[in-house]
Amino acid sequence: MAETHLPLWRSGRWEPGHALRCYGHIVRMWIRAALAYPASFWMTAVGNMLLSGLDFAVIAVMFLHTHALGGWSLPQVAFLYGTSGLTLGLADLLVGSMDQLGVRVRDGSVDTVLVRPVPALAQIAGDRFALRRLGRVTQSGAVLVWSVAHLHLDWTPLKALLLVSLVICGTVIFGSVFVGGSAFHFFMADAAEVQNSFTYGGATMLQYPPTIYARDIVRGTVYGVPLAFVNWLPALHLLGRPDPLGLPSWYAFASPIAALLCVVVAGLLWRTGIRSYRSTGS
Amino acid sequence: MDDALIEVEGVTKSFVVRRRAGRFRRTRTVVDAVAGLDFTVRRGEMVGYIGPNGAGKSTTIKMLTGILLPSSGRLRVAGADPVRDRVRLAQRMGVVFGQRTTLWWDLPLRDSYELARRIYRIPDATYTRNLARCVELLELEDLLDVPVRQLSLGQRMRGDIAAALLHEPEVLYLDEPTIGLDVVSKRRVREFLARVNAERGTTVLLTTHDLTDIEQLCSRVMVIDHGRVVYDGGLDGLHEQGRSERTLVVDLEREQPPIELPGTRLVRCEGTRQWLAFPASASAAPLVAALAGRYALRDLSVREPEIEDVIARMYGEAVVAV
Amino acid sequence: MYTAVCVRSFRRYATYRAATGARVITNTVFGFIISYTYLALWQVRPHLGGYDLSSALTYVWIGQGLLSVAALNDLGALTDLQTRISNGDVAVDLYRPVDQQAWWLACDLGRAGYQLVANAAIPMLVGALAFHLRVPQGSGWAVAACWSASALALVLALVVGYAIRYLVALTAFWLLDVRGVQLVYFLACSFFGGFFLPVTLFPPVLEAIARALPFVAVFQVPADVFLQRYDAAGTLAALGLQLVWAVVLLGIGRLVQGRAVLKVVVQGG
Repeated sequence: MAETHLPLWRSGRWEPGHALRCYGHIVRMWIRAALAYPASFWMTAVGNMLLSGLDFAVIAVMFLHTHALGGWSLPQVAFLYGTSGLTLGLADLLVGSMDQLGVRVRDGSVDTVLVRPVPALAQIAGDRFALRRLGRVTQSGAVLVWSVAHLHLDWTPLKALLLVSLVICGTVIFGSVFVGGSAFHFFMADAAEVQNSFTYGGATMLQYPPTIYARDIVRGTVYGVPLAFVNWLPALHLLGRPDPLGLPSWYAFASPIAALLCVVVAGLLWRTGIRSYRSTGS
Repeated sequence: MDDALIEVEGVTKSFVVRRRAGRFRRTRTVVDAVAGLDFTVRRGEMVGYIGPNGAGKSTTIKMLTGILLPSSGRLRVAGADPVRDRVRLAQRMGVVFGQRTTLWWDLPLRDSYELARRIYRIPDATYTRNLARCVELLELEDLLDVPVRQLSLGQRMRGDIAAALLHEPEVLYLDEPTIGLDVVSKRRVREFLARVNAERGTTVLLTTHDLTDIEQLCSRVMVIDHGRVVYDGGLDGLHEQGRSERTLVVDLEREQPPIELPGTRLVRCEGTRQWLAFPASASAAPLVAALAGRYALRDLSVREPEIEDVIARMYGEAVVAV
Repeated sequence: MYTAVCVRSFRRYATYRAATGARVITNTVFGFIISYTYLALWQVRPHLGGYDLSSALTYVWIGQGLLSVAALNDLGALTDLQTRISNGDVAVDLYRPVDQQAWWLACDLGRAGYQLVANAAIPMLVGALAFHLRVPQGSGWAVAACWSASALALVLALVVGYAIRYLVALTAFWLLDVRGVQLVYFLACSFFGGFFLPVTLFPPVLEAIARALPFVAVFQVPADVFLQRYDAAGTLAALGLQLVWAVVLLGIGRLVQGRAVLKVVVQGG
């Protein structure tokens, strides 16, 4: 069949740019749909904000009874809380819908995704994009701003860059956990809960200083699921806290590498998941 | 064959089925959904693909669309491997699953089309033209702003078919496109598909349970049973081979003894209603004339044979009364 | 009959094995995280709120164990009731000669029974292996009394929790989208019920509010009974408080249900 005779728009080559654009279109469509019912949107967004604020209420109550937790002051813990919540919130906003994949595998609607000329990941990540998740982002962002205002840090360009990189890399790491975790939905029915222990459980863990946990647990977050690179390691440097593991100081700047590794692993897991779906049909 | 669009050679698809046996043990059995499938579809053909439930129809469609990977055999669509060239082929095919929609469930129909425009990168002029045509022929005008989940089955199906055709695919796969539809929707869908095939030369492969679909649309039928093509040819041949029968349902003015009419066979007799079977290849007209001459009739209708019956007869199996 | 309903519900939940396993993992993970935060806090303040460290850790693990038993994330068996209200099937139920509130209570107790065995036992066991947890202490009599009082407190807690959730589910008669109410229920019950922090640690005003709300009867009170924070009279008073809440809330549930039935009868759903 003579493909050269086809117009360019029919060539249908795989292009990351096209995938991203499609993701954007899907997202925009959902935002428009959500804003069509403003009352419902605001209610769920505020609910989302309260829900994530609950964790901070717990921290605040704890600090009524102490000045330091694991040697960290309230603004310092608030910094961890803010960065953890902000990065999780952004990842949840961007690809959080992936945890619905299990449902889609069961009802067979993954099939409909696979017959479209866009990578399945872009379509599934964008489907049911929930703008209400901005609630967590806003609330954590506010706590982060409050903490930075009360920390009296000596800002240098390097530290500012580190904070920006923290937010980006943290989001990428959590996003990879969402994507990699959802790949397991192709193999087992109730992977969503396990995925939740890594994402929400992980984010809750990162709200508190690494000094309060057993060393082996902290080590696990450095060399296992690399959540320590989300905020703990950069925060140690930013806040000038001693490292409980005594790691080399460059670890504070290694988050981009960890994030890259996470993306690769998540991508491989995703590919394996899709392949398995291809050969079993669910 | 030069103009072969779909080529399937010795394709097999087996699934591993794990069943719970006892408390902890599980048995592993390999089930062949499709076993040694062979067929070719030429460009511009409209082929009916029929068979009983679980015969392997949907599995075939899923392999052709690149959703499932065949266990063995060779499968080519437009010369390409559907799984390896999935994204490229997706651009050139349209798929409609009768049981589940390809539309975006919670969004208005219009949004699904708008997304299709972006996803398939359809040029504006083409998009506007094709959408207008689909909207007109499938009568979608009033449905465009309704969320898909609120559409009736018939409306949704029409919406789905339009979505599958906006990017002018060369081949259209339809998996049970008329299942559960009312008579009016069925007719509209059939008329539309016939037009698409005639005017655009779109190749169509459709699976169905409804022989009327095939009768009105397809010049060629493939029957699949137990994962194998058991018949490939015209519909007449199928009826001959399956010795299939149509049924004349006669409603009489008052109760009569069983009707004896040459060329028919009395199947059932209940009060004023009687059922007469006659060969599917024979014309009903002379029978109706003969009946009308002899009896006072209140109503008369012809029932088409069920696919299951036809296939069962092909194998000389007992026909299960429906 | 209600016993049969209860047993059937237990069996039904027993079929969701994978979901149970996954939930157990989540609860255990959170149990560890909260335990470490408590360890840090109690290191600074050894007898905070009158709990010693092992009491505080026990509190955490009971909480994680009971989180799904008390059905905070969903409405437990009442999820089905809510669905039936939303899609109108409830009209059929209303014509059956059974008491709705009792019927769903039986269902929910069956569910809770299963989750107590499957969801609560494992996190508590893991917690007991990883940390030094507190079991009832004292003379043989005192221990036996504490265990039986705790069992009673647990049952009452389940009934109070059920009565609250019944009200939440009934809102589906009036609201199209019940997610908001469900979220408020989750927030209130987990925070004021003491699931994250004992209410004794709250600032005085908040504690007073929490003590005046029924949510403490779902978790804080039964946990304190198990941790032997009450003397004999105190224990009786605590159980009495739970009982009062159970009666009051079930009563309100009946009133609201009556209104809902009227609405269905008058408006046809």
